Amino acid sequence: MRWRLFYREPSTLFWSYGFPLILTIALGIAFRNRPPDPVVLAVATDDGSADQEAIRTALGTLPLVKLRFLTQADAERQLHTGKVDLLLFPRHGDSQRRYLFDPTRPESRTARLLIDDLLQRAAGRADPIVVADSHVTVPGARYIDFLVPGLLGFGLMSSGLWGVGFVIAEMRSKRLLKRLAATPMSRSKFLLSFILTRGFFLLGELPLLLGFAYLLFGVPIRGSLVSLCAVALLGAFVFAGMGMLCATRAPNVQTVGGLINLISMPMMIGSGVFFSPSRFPDVLQPALKVLPLTALNDVLRGIMLDGAGLSDLAMPLVILSAWGAVAFALALWLFRWR
Amino acid sequence: MDSGHDAALVCRGLVKHYGSGKKLVRAVDGLDLKVQRGECFGLLGPNGAGKTTTIEVLEGLTEPTSGEVQVLGRSWQRDADWLRQRIGVSLQETNLSERLTVEETLRLFVSFYAQGPTIAELLARVSLEEKRDAWYLNLSGGQKQRLAVACALAGDPDILFLDEPTTGLDPQSRRQMWELLRAQKAAQRTILISTHYMEEAERLCDRVAVVDHGKVIALGTPAELIAKLGGGDVVEVTLDADVDLEELRVSSVTSVAVADDGHHYILHVGETHLAVPAVLEKVTHLGRKLVHLTTRSATLEDVFVALTGRHLRD
Repeated sequence: MRWRLFYREPSTLFWSYGFPLILTIALGIAFRNRPPDPVVLAVATDDGSADQEAIRTALGTLPLVKLRFLTQADAERQLHTGKVDLLLFPRHGDSQRRYLFDPTRPESRTARLLIDDLLQRAAGRADPIVVADSHVTVPGARYIDFLVPGLLGFGLMSSGLWGVGFVIAEMRSKRLLKRLAATPMSRSKFLLSFILTRGFFLLGELPLLLGFAYLLFGVPIRGSLVSLCAVALLGAFVFAGMGMLCATRAPNVQTVGGLINLISMPMMIGSGVFFSPSRFPDVLQPALKVLPLTALNDVLRGIMLDGAGLSDLAMPLVILSAWGAVAFALALWLFRWR
Repeated sequence: MDSGHDAALVCRGLVKHYGSGKKLVRAVDGLDLKVQRGECFGLLGPNGAGKTTTIEVLEGLTEPTSGEVQVLGRSWQRDADWLRQRIGVSLQETNLSERLTVEETLRLFVSFYAQGPTIAELLARVSLEEKRDAWYLNLSGGQKQRLAVACALAGDPDILFLDEPTTGLDPQSRRQMWELLRAQKAAQRTILISTHYMEEAERLCDRVAVVDHGKVIALGTPAELIAKLGGGDVVEVTLDADVDLEELRVSSVTSVAVADDGHHYILHVGETHLAVPAVLEKVTHLGRKLVHLTTRSATLEDVFVALTGRHLRD
């Protein structure tokens, strides 16, 4: 019964299968691996024309550098809006060359190092130690590699909370729960059926998402596939339990929707779906670490990118399971059939 | 008095309150009821009278604030599982799952019960064979209600509870439903119907309890209740101006009441052919003009108006 209800409801199909897929594709394209962008250098033209020529000779033909000759006012404006990475004031009379840039912007920092290196060598600097460069691009450290496990976790959370919580609240508001309560139907079996069908659907979601990610972007799965599936299943169950907890008393879909949003928004932002939670201030870290989605993402990433085994990831697994157990226990205790 | 064990349903002093303090709602306020096995019993009253709350307590869906409730001689606290196998329920405004077919819905309900009719039999009983593979959301209102009754019959219940089974249906669907219910009556099932349609109560029910503000204000067969009005017929007159009520108490008129819409009087009479000429004569005598005159049989609606001064449907 639950299966039929699922596939016949077009909106559920979209949100469970389509949305994570589209998101992965879109973000993967946006953050795809590209050859390094050229550095954009602005050279102030207000004075020092002789030095300007020297700079143009040194850098003008390099593909890695985009040169723009602008007045100081224009150059500073473009620097502030990020169109230009670095501003160089040429030598004029007794003054030195001067760089103007924002050291907190990674592109500007790189630009400063690169440009100065090029100019110094063009002016004749000799490096005492000879080095050679080897380039290697291995999947695992790219943004898309970070993102896919995060999206998987996010998808598991969303379909658990919405797929179970929303559906139950809707059944309650349509009095269907009440109708079923008047039958001899076993109540625990009813709730269990939601959990089981979540697991069932997962068998479809998981290969789809991971398959796509692997084929399109080469996202690796270094660890055991079996472990990965087991963890995904655990995650689905835990969030199904949390969805059920949200729906224990909610009288209608608006209330439960509000509750689910309240729970999932902080996790969407702070649990490491789109970026690492370590970017948040230290004082928040303990709280973030303990969130169920953070735990799930840590485990997924550990398996996929680090090839870690389940014993290495014991801590987040325990956290995740604890959330699940508590959510279920509370849901069973608090559930209202009216 | 027969012992409680013969009765299908017993309520003694049933009270159900919601909320507290200023927001206290006395949905049911001291209700007594006894329904015999095999009878079709009606709870007749306007919206908000406490009918639905009473039925939900009897169905085991709500706990009473106080009072005693026995169903088939058992109590809900001790024998809930046993009772659920033996009752069938159709709630007010049930919406079943929209994207399941009729057959799938029935299969679900049939699966709950240890014994009962087959799906084919159920479909036949409610005349939904053609709609076997239709999705619930594509059914008409009448068909949805019939499906709800089929679900209620899924376990071959000893008691059938129907809360407002024909509300919102067009007249034809309503008649179809009544046919269906009459067939169930013939099968000796105990049926409890709650309704605010007096016609429904009159046609289907062996006995009726008139309910208002959470209490039973009258109880008996429809004929008994109407007879208490003092005459089985009603004459309604509309005049061009008011008259004193006592003036209209002429031969064979047992009671006079004023209706809300100006100069309109409702007379309960024993014999119409005697009352009408007497009334007309009195009206002329008083110098008034007759605008409108209707004669009809008394109904349970009149019973309700006589008891409360209000209509069943306000």
